[in-house]
Amino acid sequence: MATARIRANTPAASRRSHSARRRVHSAYPYWFFIAPALIYAVLFLVPTFASFYFSLTRWTLFTSTFIGFANFVQFFREPNLVQGLVNTFVYAAVTSGLKVVIGMALGVLLTSRIIARGWLRSVVFFPVLVSTIGVGITFSVLMHPTEGLINQVLALVGIQGPYWLTDPTLALISVALVDVWKGVGLATVIYVAGIVSIPQEYFEASRVDGAGPWTTFVNIILPLARPATVTVIILSLIGGLRSFDLIWAMTRGGPGFTSDVIASVIYKQYQAGFYGLSTAGNVILFLLVTAIILPLTWVLNRKVTH
Amino acid sequence: MLVHKARRAMVVAAAGAGILGLALAGCTPAAESGPVEITFLVDNGDPTVQRSEALVDAFNAENPDITVTVETRPQGADGDNVVKTRLATGDMSDVFWYNAGSLFQALSPEQTLVPLDDTIVGNVVDSFKAGVTAGGNVYGVPVGTAMGGGVLYNIPIYEELGLSVPKTWDEFIANSEAIQEAGKTAIIQTYADTWTSQLFVLGDFANVLADNPEWADRYTANEVKYATDDSARAGFEHLQEVFEKGLLNADFGSATFDDGVRMVATGEGAHYPMLTFAVTTLEANYPDQLNDVGFFALPGNDAGTNPLTTWLSAGAYIPVTTEGAKLEAAKKFLAFIASVDGCDALTDAVGAGGPYFVEGCTLPNDVPRVVSDLLPYFQVEGGAYPALEFLSPIKGPGLEQITVAVGSGITSAADGAAQYDVDVEKQAQQLGLEGW
Repeated sequence: MATARIRANTPAASRRSHSARRRVHSAYPYWFFIAPALIYAVLFLVPTFASFYFSLTRWTLFTSTFIGFANFVQFFREPNLVQGLVNTFVYAAVTSGLKVVIGMALGVLLTSRIIARGWLRSVVFFPVLVSTIGVGITFSVLMHPTEGLINQVLALVGIQGPYWLTDPTLALISVALVDVWKGVGLATVIYVAGIVSIPQEYFEASRVDGAGPWTTFVNIILPLARPATVTVIILSLIGGLRSFDLIWAMTRGGPGFTSDVIASVIYKQYQAGFYGLSTAGNVILFLLVTAIILPLTWVLNRKVTH
Repeated sequence: MLVHKARRAMVVAAAGAGILGLALAGCTPAAESGPVEITFLVDNGDPTVQRSEALVDAFNAENPDITVTVETRPQGADGDNVVKTRLATGDMSDVFWYNAGSLFQALSPEQTLVPLDDTIVGNVVDSFKAGVTAGGNVYGVPVGTAMGGGVLYNIPIYEELGLSVPKTWDEFIANSEAIQEAGKTAIIQTYADTWTSQLFVLGDFANVLADNPEWADRYTANEVKYATDDSARAGFEHLQEVFEKGLLNADFGSATFDDGVRMVATGEGAHYPMLTFAVTTLEANYPDQLNDVGFFALPGNDAGTNPLTTWLSAGAYIPVTTEGAKLEAAKKFLAFIASVDGCDALTDAVGAGGPYFVEGCTLPNDVPRVVSDLLPYFQVEGGAYPALEFLSPIKGPGLEQITVAVGSGITSAADGAAQYDVDVEKQAQQLGLEGW
């Protein structure tokens, strides 16, 4: 009920305040917006609409022939597109799931009273600051099956480490784990902010009622840190869906096509000089991300207002 | 204060104009006698860099008024991308090194490259010219020698086990199994450098042509396919077979080209399917084992023919953006590459990897074993056929991933061949070929 009323009111209210503001005064004269509008048009609108056009052509960068939707048909016939799509979703789900779980655990840990809390917070955040390509190259050296540090350490305790990046069943997951290592710092910071912003009264009240740490976590932190969870899921899901740089640095979609995601399939078309085809792939990726993120944002945010 | 600022602005503007003027001056043709600097873009593989530096050093020494400098780019698909993009944006180096054949055709040479006349390519043999011709014009000169695609093998292992060079695929497998039983790695594969995975398919093409001499033309006309042609599909099947029989080195997925050369040189492995240009790396890294490595063509079904698949050397090309004095210097450099002096400079620096494509060029008497095993194929009728990429403009960009997938047991040979047929369709359509 309450939600329905608010939703019914909001657009009208905002429209009213909008027109009111416009009538009273604008802080800047209209010509003031010409420069930003031009920049926006030249750098964003024109390329976007040009890409819609070029996705319908066979394009060599010198000449383009209009071929209708043939590029889209061709792109969907791409032998490993289906696997690329599945991989994209697996990758996005694995990375965002792990970032939520680990990020929240670290968030709780780093808001509790522990030694060297400030230092630990910086340490957890540090990988976020490092270049993705650098991380990718470093980890592909570390994950080398025979000469890599990871498997050499495992060998010391008598475990024969797997072929992290060359085993077809493992390659994508290995890259996803590195992605989590690199990105979990950001999730942690968001959770730290979310948990810190929960009023202390709730914790005091629950302590008076005799709640243990687990009850406090389930009944207070988990529901009240929901905005943080929403942010982490949305950010890491978008990041996961359009992930490319780390995968390219570590496996280039290989072995074979087993760790290909949509973005790397598109990039390979571009590399091969099929510019129209790769533009069509980008249009598809754009539509796909929009189709997933728009409803997700809507659903997650609506529940927040409850 | 204000005056200060204004004066400074004027100084900056003047300086800017000066720089602009200099830049413009740099663009206009320099005076006849002035020194000219041109750039030569090559891939960053060791064999390529060594060859190009040898050529550049010899040329610079002969021409004090011209200075050529070598620039490098990545190899493989990344490098193709760099070359295409720089050509398309008019940002190419003055001279560049790139494959002949189908990769050359994909550059739209008639729009992007400078055609070369007989004063430059007069001494180049026709078989090479065919690989760098578009619309009746020749666009490139050969850098280096012809190559063979086959198997590098470790001679001490063959001697120890009393094996002889196989003439058929079955003999090759029998040899490999004997080596395996002796506790050694029979076949080396190095899929970390994905391009190395294509040899079983590309190197088998001479056997396809021996079965069906019209194959390449019919392929270009969209009349034959890898998936449905038994002799063409054999390459994919061989790849699957050697994986399934467990004949490969354990780290085939993470080994690199350099690892492969090391293994075949030191006897860690017996067979390495590779192009003969690897002899340059072999000579540089393992000079003591240079003559422990021999070469034979990839065997097919027929012991009688057993032909070799050969590769043209890469070419050197001039983009249309090279103009004025730089164009003259670039042409002079290309003429030098396509001369006996150019061949000799290469031979002196890195040795000869096979027959040259320039008339009058000779090989030294003491060539490495790989090269002396290679030469006889060129000397008999029907002993050597060009690889498919020099007979047809169609080469799918995804072959190296597909062959890694088949060679790692991820995809079956039949599926891999079918995937490649779909892959080449895109290339054929992009080139605007008839019948696709």
